[in-house]
Amino acid sequence: MSSVTQADIQTGNSGTRLKRKSNFSGICKRFCRNKMAVVSLVVIVLLVLIAIFADFVAPYDYAKQDIANRFLMPCLAHPLGTDNFGRDLLSRIIYGGRISLLVAIMSVAISLVCGGFLGATAGYFGGRYESIVMRIMDIIMAIPAFLLAVSISSMLGSGLQNTALAIAVGGIPSSARMLRATVLQLKDQQFTEAARAMGNSDMAIIFKHILPNTLSPILVDCTLKIGMSILQISGLSFVGLGVQPPTPEWGSILAGGREYIRDFWPLSTFPGIAIVMAMCAFNLLGDGLRDALDPRMKR
Amino acid sequence: MNLLEIKDLTIRYLTDDGDVYAVNGIDLSLSSGDTLGLVGETGAGKTTTALGILRILPDPPGKIMSGEILYQGEDLRKKSQEELRRIRGGEIAMIFQDPMTALNPIMRVGDQIAEMIFLHGNCSKDEADLRALEMLEKVGIPGERSSDYPHQFSGGMKQRVVIAIALACMPKLIIADEPTTALDVTIQAQVLDMMNRLKEDIGTSMILITHDLGVVAETCNKVAIMYAGEIIEFGTVEHIFNETAHPYSKMLFDSIPSLDERVDRLHPIAGLMPDPSNLPSGCKFHPRCPYADETCGREAPMPEELSSGHTIRCFKPYCFKGGVSNG
Repeated sequence: MSSVTQADIQTGNSGTRLKRKSNFSGICKRFCRNKMAVVSLVVIVLLVLIAIFADFVAPYDYAKQDIANRFLMPCLAHPLGTDNFGRDLLSRIIYGGRISLLVAIMSVAISLVCGGFLGATAGYFGGRYESIVMRIMDIIMAIPAFLLAVSISSMLGSGLQNTALAIAVGGIPSSARMLRATVLQLKDQQFTEAARAMGNSDMAIIFKHILPNTLSPILVDCTLKIGMSILQISGLSFVGLGVQPPTPEWGSILAGGREYIRDFWPLSTFPGIAIVMAMCAFNLLGDGLRDALDPRMKR
Repeated sequence: MNLLEIKDLTIRYLTDDGDVYAVNGIDLSLSSGDTLGLVGETGAGKTTTALGILRILPDPPGKIMSGEILYQGEDLRKKSQEELRRIRGGEIAMIFQDPMTALNPIMRVGDQIAEMIFLHGNCSKDEADLRALEMLEKVGIPGERSSDYPHQFSGGMKQRVVIAIALACMPKLIIADEPTTALDVTIQAQVLDMMNRLKEDIGTSMILITHDLGVVAETCNKVAIMYAGEIIEFGTVEHIFNETAHPYSKMLFDSIPSLDERVDRLHPIAGLMPDPSNLPSGCKFHPRCPYADETCGREAPMPEELSSGHTIRCFKPYCFKGGVSNG
């Protein structure tokens, strides 16, 4: 379409709809070019599917004890062996993924939304509002993240949402600081000024013009935080606050294997592999997404 | 009634290291269809004036201390943010200096034009998209490139897009802040021609901020020469170019190398623009003015009308013409 005719305008016949489609397919194409990102996406999708359909995938009940068969090395009946109560390790890791992934994603989402909003507005508006918000963030940051999570979750009690919330609060300051810094940098760019001269409201400028430009630091932050959250949940479970036994969760299985690490390696190794796998997959996926979503990376 | 009338506008940047006197009591008037050239050295307060008119000064530290900005008889300083948002873009649009950074790098150019139309054009998103295509073709970019991103365009094309955005809602006034400074000379001519043509089509007025007197002579019918936050000479193009009265304006013209004469050296104006946070007393130009005397250093000259529509801030207009002093 090289020129727009009056008829086009009246009939509403335009490349508009086509345009949106090509946008999405362009992103997909760029994403697919990154092999590692595709592999990690497959891994994450698999992990999520396994977690959702754990009831069908897991060979045993995760809580069923079989003292006669404790500390079995990986064999045909128990592909990853059994733990100190004779429970099937594979089933426990499969069910554990549910909690670990769900809580990790939830907590990262909460801290990103809250911290991102506070940081972006603080950076944009500046002045007293910024000072107040950022000092509060500093105060939260001064408390060790784990201590904070422990105190919040002991206040709220255990459970999925409470654990996610407890971990999320500790992550808010770093999201806020990161977004504030990026927004401060973008605020002085001429296109922000131009958006203002166009008659946009402050919120429209923040959400339509500034935030989309902060995508890459956000994605990197998110992927790193998911890994940290998985570890923090295990920490909370370890002190008896996160998920209550016998509900399995990667971190707590790993922590449980700690005592037997000299004599029985599978109990700490396999949940560890699961955590590393998930973390790597999220990190690589984040990298790939960042490159695919940034139109400047287009070739 | 004048489209835009600025009375005694004073803008300061209140910083921790002291106040910066960026704009010091300027008066301007612009009627419909006028093109006003705002000329001055770097740091004379041209851009600050422009941002002040649109009320988008970075605040803090920028602050309008006093004065009136009458747009169609209404003072923009008394308008609410809501009303100002309607005026920005819809009534008064701005073209920015650097096309490389004036476009959002991750938004398609078509969407950026459509955004402006959607904000002010009372239309649906689809219609805005179509009108954006039209606008893009008007500035000489094929419509199929509307789904490209800014980094896929050259500087000149980006500036065309910026102009398309500014003109999309047929504003009554365009403020063009050095629209051609970042472009090379051949493209400058193209862009200026196009701006003039579109300006005529739509019938808007324009404030053209520049430090290129050639551009002014070609496109403007009124000229204001700014120095250290003051308008030291204001008049029609004929007034400024043929009846130059202020020694600074005269020296500005003399500093332009001529094609006809053979000279070994250029004739710059000796000295530097004064530090706007520490302005000299009296006439702001007296430390650099070869014709200055005691009075110039003691008292600040007020704007004085030499002939109808030709005002000047100087005690000794035409002083460079063989020492004749009217003053």
